[in-house]
Amino acid sequence: MVISAQELRHRYLRYDKSFPHVWCPGCGNGIVMGGLLRAISRLGLEKDEVVLASGIGCSGRMPTYLDFNTLHTTHGRALTFATGVKLAKPSLNVIAIMGDGDATAIGGNHLIHAARRNLNLTAIIINNSIYGMTGGQYSPTTPFGSISATSTYGHIEHAFSIAELVVTAGASFAARATVYHGELMSRLIEQAILKRGFAVVEVISNCHVQYGRKNKLGNAVDMLNGFKDNCVTVNRAAKMTAEELEGKTTIGVLTDREMPISTVEYQKVRERAKKEQE
Amino acid sequence: MFEQKTARQLLQGNEAIAHGALAAGCRLFAGYPITPASEISELLSVLLPGVDGTFIQMEDEIASIGAIIGASLAGVKSLTATSGPGFSLMMENLGFACVAEVPIVIVNVMRGGPSTGLPTSPSQGDVQMARWGTHGDHPVVVLAVSSVMDCFSITVTAFNIAEKYRVPVIILSDEVVAHTRECVSLPAQEDIKVIDRIKPSVPPEWYKPYAGDNRGVPSMVAFGDGYRHHVTGLIHDEKGYPTQNSREVDAFVRRLTRKITLGFHEIMMTQGYLLEDAEVAVIAYGSVSRSAKSAVEDARDHGVKAGLLQLITLFPFPRSQVVPLLKGCRAILVPEMNLGQISREVQRVNQTACRVVKYNRVDGQFITPSEIYEELIKM
Repeated sequence: MVISAQELRHRYLRYDKSFPHVWCPGCGNGIVMGGLLRAISRLGLEKDEVVLASGIGCSGRMPTYLDFNTLHTTHGRALTFATGVKLAKPSLNVIAIMGDGDATAIGGNHLIHAARRNLNLTAIIINNSIYGMTGGQYSPTTPFGSISATSTYGHIEHAFSIAELVVTAGASFAARATVYHGELMSRLIEQAILKRGFAVVEVISNCHVQYGRKNKLGNAVDMLNGFKDNCVTVNRAAKMTAEELEGKTTIGVLTDREMPISTVEYQKVRERAKKEQE
Repeated sequence: MFEQKTARQLLQGNEAIAHGALAAGCRLFAGYPITPASEISELLSVLLPGVDGTFIQMEDEIASIGAIIGASLAGVKSLTATSGPGFSLMMENLGFACVAEVPIVIVNVMRGGPSTGLPTSPSQGDVQMARWGTHGDHPVVVLAVSSVMDCFSITVTAFNIAEKYRVPVIILSDEVVAHTRECVSLPAQEDIKVIDRIKPSVPPEWYKPYAGDNRGVPSMVAFGDGYRHHVTGLIHDEKGYPTQNSREVDAFVRRLTRKITLGFHEIMMTQGYLLEDAEVAVIAYGSVSRSAKSAVEDARDHGVKAGLLQLITLFPFPRSQVVPLLKGCRAILVPEMNLGQISREVQRVNQTACRVVKYNRVDGQFITPSEIYEELIKM
């Protein structure tokens, strides 16, 4: 059943005092929020069962607007708080929402260890290639050669590929979409929430205000069209050569594997401990 | 049901902290290895799973304190333990716990600093950092342990204060207390007073997660209890939503400190020894207070009317117990394994002619009874 945008708003947005939101007109964060809410609605999750944790930055404000158990943590630390919540109450659906700087610079260590640890958590990383809230400084996903507030002469460092990074670090599920591919993005988030294990969805998003403007990429619509033209699905990418894939973004499910989940394994530890302490 | 072993046993300070945490109802520990605090996590990694609790070793101390804040918000009493270098890393999220009013307990087994410092010689160098290490005006309660029995009972007290006031509580231990073994009999579980956070008495739609009661402390629910609400490190209104309204901001920041002020009578803990007729007194805390006690006895044997005020609570600074001492004594000696981090507090509250004498060691060596005695008889 398709839920209307109005019903989605009425069911999931907080009506008491948390609006207007802080995002610029045309920001991709709203599309990600809509995709997340559609996924939660399709899965039929109770609002009381959902914990939404975020870090700092534009993405960090998302939980404020949503009627779940919401936790706006410190910069980069969303996954550490989420880990504690999940360990304390494994029955909760814990979703962390982060930005690219949040998740891979200041929170990079937490990201790879959360992937390695494989708790049953969902991480959504909105990657707009820039620190938007602080004025457009380069982030770990700013492309080589790009202009930012702190790379006026062209960026000299290389960008992380977030989804591939978490695959290497051991995540059970890793996928990528863009805010242009809204339906795919929402379906991937749904899959990630359902996945038993650490599941990451990287969503490529537009910051036309900070990143687009400095790099002459046009307005929000132009940037979304750029995502459309530049993306290839995982299936198509598999048939392409490395030269053909140069500069392209692959979207879809990068990895989906079954691995022991640490909350389940810890239950076995508890049983062993009780037996030995008897 | 958790049962405390009450028979006499030989315990180390760090082990007693682990037992105290369990007795207080702590069911989650997150930490990162560091000497001289590691025994706390090692023992809890063995004991917690046996009582359906959770132990996790995180990737660093930043993550450790993040995890215990998350767990506490989900309704589970939680602990972390570290030493100076790790404590430095925890300052960021300590501030979060203060502003989001999350009850947690942090143990810092002090070693010589700054930086990597002196692993692992005793020190009391983190006293002012425990109070002011995280940025902004914030409330925090700092307690000091001096013996193995203290490590047990003050850990229970730390959890009780954290829960009752929705405030992070820091326990300062030092390498001497942590690794000293003493024979103790722990109290039975039913004889231990355990306080839990206050739950709201109103339905979810009326619940204001950051509206203080008459003590300035808001009631607290766990995630998943049906009281959906927002928790943030931003300054927030009574509903928990970020605010820049100066009236709301002022009320919030002042309430954070006021709730502790209103609890001074029970939060400020000290122990007096031979103070009734004392002409000179020692103010000490942690392992140094034990040397001081011995020194005071020696001084009495030599006709000097000496006494000891052992500080259990370092912050809020127990002014109401220290001021009468300053009024009644000729001189006060403050021996510390730092360059005077508590003596400056004593001097701050000293409105009398009482002479405050410092005795400091920062060479990684313990302060002995004879050193304190030598200072005492000069006064």
